[in-house]
Amino acid sequence: MSVIELTNVSRWYGNVVAVNDITMSIGPGVTGLLGPNGAGKSTILHMIAGFLATSKGTLTVNGGPSWENPEIYRTLGLVPERDSVYAFLTGEQFVRATAKLHKLPDPDAATRRAIEITDMAAAQDRRISTYSKGMRQRIKVAAALVHDPEILLLDEPFNGMDPRQRLHMMDLLGKLGAEGRVILFSSHILEEVEKLSGTIQVMVAGRLAASGDFRAIRRLMTSRPHVFTVRSSDDRRLAAVLVGRPYTSAVEFTGRGSLQVRTSDFGAFCAQIAPLSRDNGIALRELLPTDESLESVFGYLVSNQANQGS
Amino acid sequence: MSAYFNPVIASITVRATLGRRRALLFAIPAAVLIALTLAVRATHPAGNSWAAQVLGDFGFSVLLPLLALIVGTGVLGAEIDDGSGIHLLATPVRRSSIVFTKFVVAAVLTMAFAAIPELIAGLLAPGSGKLAVALFAGALVGSVIYTAAFVMTSVLTTRAIAVGLLYVLVWEGLLSNTVGGARILSIAHYSLGVANAIYPDPDLRAGLTLSTSVILGAIVTAGALILASRRLSAFAIKGEPA
Repeated sequence: MSVIELTNVSRWYGNVVAVNDITMSIGPGVTGLLGPNGAGKSTILHMIAGFLATSKGTLTVNGGPSWENPEIYRTLGLVPERDSVYAFLTGEQFVRATAKLHKLPDPDAATRRAIEITDMAAAQDRRISTYSKGMRQRIKVAAALVHDPEILLLDEPFNGMDPRQRLHMMDLLGKLGAEGRVILFSSHILEEVEKLSGTIQVMVAGRLAASGDFRAIRRLMTSRPHVFTVRSSDDRRLAAVLVGRPYTSAVEFTGRGSLQVRTSDFGAFCAQIAPLSRDNGIALRELLPTDESLESVFGYLVSNQANQGS
Repeated sequence: MSAYFNPVIASITVRATLGRRRALLFAIPAAVLIALTLAVRATHPAGNSWAAQVLGDFGFSVLLPLLALIVGTGVLGAEIDDGSGIHLLATPVRRSSIVFTKFVVAAVLTMAFAAIPELIAGLLAPGSGKLAVALFAGALVGSVIYTAAFVMTSVLTTRAIAVGLLYVLVWEGLLSNTVGGARILSIAHYSLGVANAIYPDPDLRAGLTLSTSVILGAIVTAGALILASRRLSAFAIKGEPA
């Protein structure tokens, strides 16, 4: 059973297409909306949250429209990306005000529960203006959860968090998803969300590039070709040795006294390059992974998806 | 009324508007008005006609509209611009209730920082206390209509202050005093019309009758609030094109 349904949804701004003909359905559990910056993730989230109209296509939340329909906020919570909150309130006042705006029968209990879930009790009486980025993120989640919504949307919730806060947030999302809620979050860093299980939808340039189980997508990610720049005492000899290995897919002399090695198996290459050089009497001077842009990583996923489809 | 007025929104709005010592900032123009009245009273003890001019020209044409502009565009516009308003909009509160509450807060604050000082200055001026009451009544009416118009402006455009200033300076300051027809859409003239009906004084240079002022003022206020609610119902987060 899915709760959020997008059918051939597009959104454009003037001549620029931000979201191009997306069809997806999102049900209970955790779903990650992944893609590089500018892929249209926020546009999708804003349309689902009722803060943007679709240009074309239909979008329903629990069977009804979300645009110009504030009633959906009874069952939907939104954690926006922007950090702006009423910073002059304390965390507790902010969550309680939200509870009252929802006209909850027992705003005090709801506030306590939401603050407890997000582990913000220790800081609840401090003004939000004194909070760290991670704490602001959590108090925003507390406010979005105060009315116990069935659907929670989070726009880049891991942005600016340190690894510990990130882990805590992932735990929390995992727990909420396991309770049967619909949790949809966006992120532009795949590695950021590796601890989460669930479904992911990968977006590139406004289109849905890949979708499926977290593990399947992650396998695709780690088996993608990696490029390394290698400097050694004898590049030609090292090249000859590497070419004989199954995980090497290409070796190139850059002309700047280094080699570029393309490997199809990241793990095997990393494990074997050092012993391999040593056994052949070659001194390894430098081993650098070539900086890969996120676009190329996501681009790889797209082409791979296309190959599987054909 | 209570169905439209939301006390939670009102208290957050008051704290946001008056916080960080901004209350002091709002009090400065009022203090200037009262100081000006005292200064003129000391130098022109006998004259009576300056009261209507000082209180009308400075109080009605400068203090009232500018304060209403700052408060009216700030109560809702500021949080739309900085993004914190999303937290309010992502609740099932009726959009008309948000607009109405913001408007009430802005109108009351404008009354406190512009209409009441106008009353105090009027009482300090020599002559009839009736002039003071008339100007106070006019300023109360002006507070309501101006803030409704400026709350609407802040929902319609992100350049609400610029639009509001143009309206106050060009339309009201220039056109409505030279081109008679422009008075029909001048909130300053609605306020003067009310004041002049209570205490007729040619120095107020009122251009509209009481009934015209009240009827047009009510239409402008209601129209502005309805339009603002409609626009807020279709509030879209500004997205950069990809």
